[in-house]
Amino acid sequence: MDLVVEVKDLRKVYKMGEVEVEALCGATLTIQRGEVVAIMGPSGSGKSTMMNILGCLDRPTSGDYILDGQSVATLNDDQLAAIRNHKVGFVFQSFNLLSRQTALSNVELPLRYAGQMSNRRQRAREALEAVGLGDRITHRPTELSGGQQQRVAIARAIVNDPAIVMADEPTGNLDSKVGREIIALLLNLNKQRGTTLIIVTHDAAIGQQAQRIIHIRDGMVEDLNGDRK
Amino acid sequence: MNLLQLLLEALESLNSNKMRSGLTVLGIVIGVAAVIAMMAVGNGAQASILGSINGVGTNLLFVFSGARNNAAVKNPRPITMTDANAMMDLYAAPDIKAVAPVLQGNAIADFGGNTKTTTVIGVTPDYYPVRNISLLDGEFINQSNQLGRASVAVIGVDVADALFNRRDGLVGETIRIANSPFRIVGVLTPAGGSSFGSQDNEVLVPITTAQARLITRPTPDAVDTVYVEATDFSTVGAASDEISQILRTRHRTQVGLDDFTVFTQQSILSTVQNVTGVLTIFLGGIAAISLLVGGIGIMNIMLVSVTERTREIGLRKALGARKRDILIQFLVESSLLSLIGGIIGILFGWLIAFVVGRIATATGNNFTPVVGMDAILLATLFSAAVGLFFGIYPANRAAGLEPVEALRYE
Ligand SMILES: Nc1ncnc2c1ncn2[C@@H]1O[C@H](COP(=O)(O)OP(=O)(O)OP(=O)(O)O)[C@@H](O)[C@H]1O
Ligand SMILES: [Mg+2]
Repeated sequence: MDLVVEVKDLRKVYKMGEVEVEALCGATLTIQRGEVVAIMGPSGSGKSTMMNILGCLDRPTSGDYILDGQSVATLNDDQLAAIRNHKVGFVFQSFNLLSRQTALSNVELPLRYAGQMSNRRQRAREALEAVGLGDRITHRPTELSGGQQQRVAIARAIVNDPAIVMADEPTGNLDSKVGREIIALLLNLNKQRGTTLIIVTHDAAIGQQAQRIIHIRDGMVEDLNGDRK
Repeated sequence: MNLLQLLLEALESLNSNKMRSGLTVLGIVIGVAAVIAMMAVGNGAQASILGSINGVGTNLLFVFSGARNNAAVKNPRPITMTDANAMMDLYAAPDIKAVAPVLQGNAIADFGGNTKTTTVIGVTPDYYPVRNISLLDGEFINQSNQLGRASVAVIGVDVADALFNRRDGLVGETIRIANSPFRIVGVLTPAGGSSFGSQDNEVLVPITTAQARLITRPTPDAVDTVYVEATDFSTVGAASDEISQILRTRHRTQVGLDDFTVFTQQSILSTVQNVTGVLTIFLGGIAAISLLVGGIGIMNIMLVSVTERTREIGLRKALGARKRDILIQFLVESSLLSLIGGIIGILFGWLIAFVVGRIATATGNNFTPVVGMDAILLATLFSAAVGLFFGIYPANRAAGLEPVEALRYE
């Protein structure tokens, strides 16, 4: 088994003054390379918290996390930045594009932080073509529809050829038709490139398209194996 | 990331809020311009004053009767022609080249109904080389004028203008000074508008004539000042000692109770240099405060910008930006602000200095503000330092944000 994500006993506690909120309490899961996984669960169950930790945007309070064979807990800030840059592509619900910059510049951003000097333009353009936006590269986010903006965000996520693409409710801000197109695009990327895909969603129809659904409730993974199909 | 890219991105970011960036830059512009202009004016004043002192001649010493800073000296003996002649002793005073005693007073000069109140100076022929006199026309007072107590005069251009309304063809004319007729033998070259050491409203006559007819002193042989020219710039100190020695012997003064004062150009020069130096530093200091205020403006703007762009910072970190990438991004922005401000400020300060110089010239003051390389360097370094210093805190704050926290920020 080639595991790309290995999480054991993950806990995340938010301290808000006196009150402690336990967003994750001992979550354990594994994801194989090339797998498409949907994470589902009620609102407030800890899905986003889990995703942020998986994407190395946040550190767990305790527990082990091995990403692509590397234990994350011991890494310093710069090493974490490198992981976010090379290994993970994150797609947000609210797109998070830099509004002043063109689609091309937005997609180029991870390459710049990768220290990539040559053929950045070329790679960014290819990523945009891969999401079907080859004809919109000089548009700014304000000149694009919501679906197109999310496509730019996906292009940005895959431009560095990461091991995993993580999407936290990528269709949450889109209508259902456009949402389906975005999911189709993500699934296609998985098929074409073999990129591991983790999608958080409330939409059962999207869950159906995944190879496996991981249910999270009250900060715990309900069933270690999920509904493997 | 390469520097060009960083600069372009910073420019773009600053450009996206033109008004705010512009006002911040303005703060630096005013600060830097003030530093440049103030230092230029200070340096110009110094150069102008030093210039007029140097114009008098740096080999020059002045000898007066009376003691400065010593109240114990009562009834000082006047310095006389004989004292002055004693200074020409080659053995007692080898470092003295020439001696020019003068007697000075005010008198009314008139010609054909025109009158002019002027300074009459009784001089010896050596006054000409010692004071570096130059003549517009005619000749200077010579030895035979001196011996014969001749009624001849060399006049300044102000006197010429007042009495004749012209400056040429005056040699041979006869004017009256204190109601005695004097024949004009020469006209002095105008010294310019400077009030310091102006020779334009003067009438020079032989010192013997002045003693006999124009300026009477209780001691008939007395003179007011003796100008002494040292053999060289470097022997001024030795010459000063020799003069003191000669006068002490002749006046039989007690030890430490000299009844005369020897002034050198150098002592005046260093005093003036001190005063104008302090003036320049003072002006520069005031200007530096405004630069500091400009710097605080930069910090304020950068802090606002960091807060406003928290999400952007979070996103950049999520995409793999390291702490130092964010730090550099914000430092480049703040440095760019102050650099642009600095450049415009230097040009603007230069312009102000130029205008001040023009106004000074137009109002007849011989004064040119000097924009020195040191001022430009100082202003540039200072404004860059301001940008960095006041940028570091906001930039650090931006760089230290946790990616999730920053992304969650609304
Ligand atoms: N920064 C925070 N500070 C305090 N509590 C937090 C913070 N972030 C999340 N929580 C809490 O942690 C729990 C899990 O939140 P999380 O955002 O992971 O839920 P979620 O499953 O993504 O919900 P949704 O489906 O609505 O997006 C919630 O109870 C939430 O209140
Ligand atoms: Mg969520």
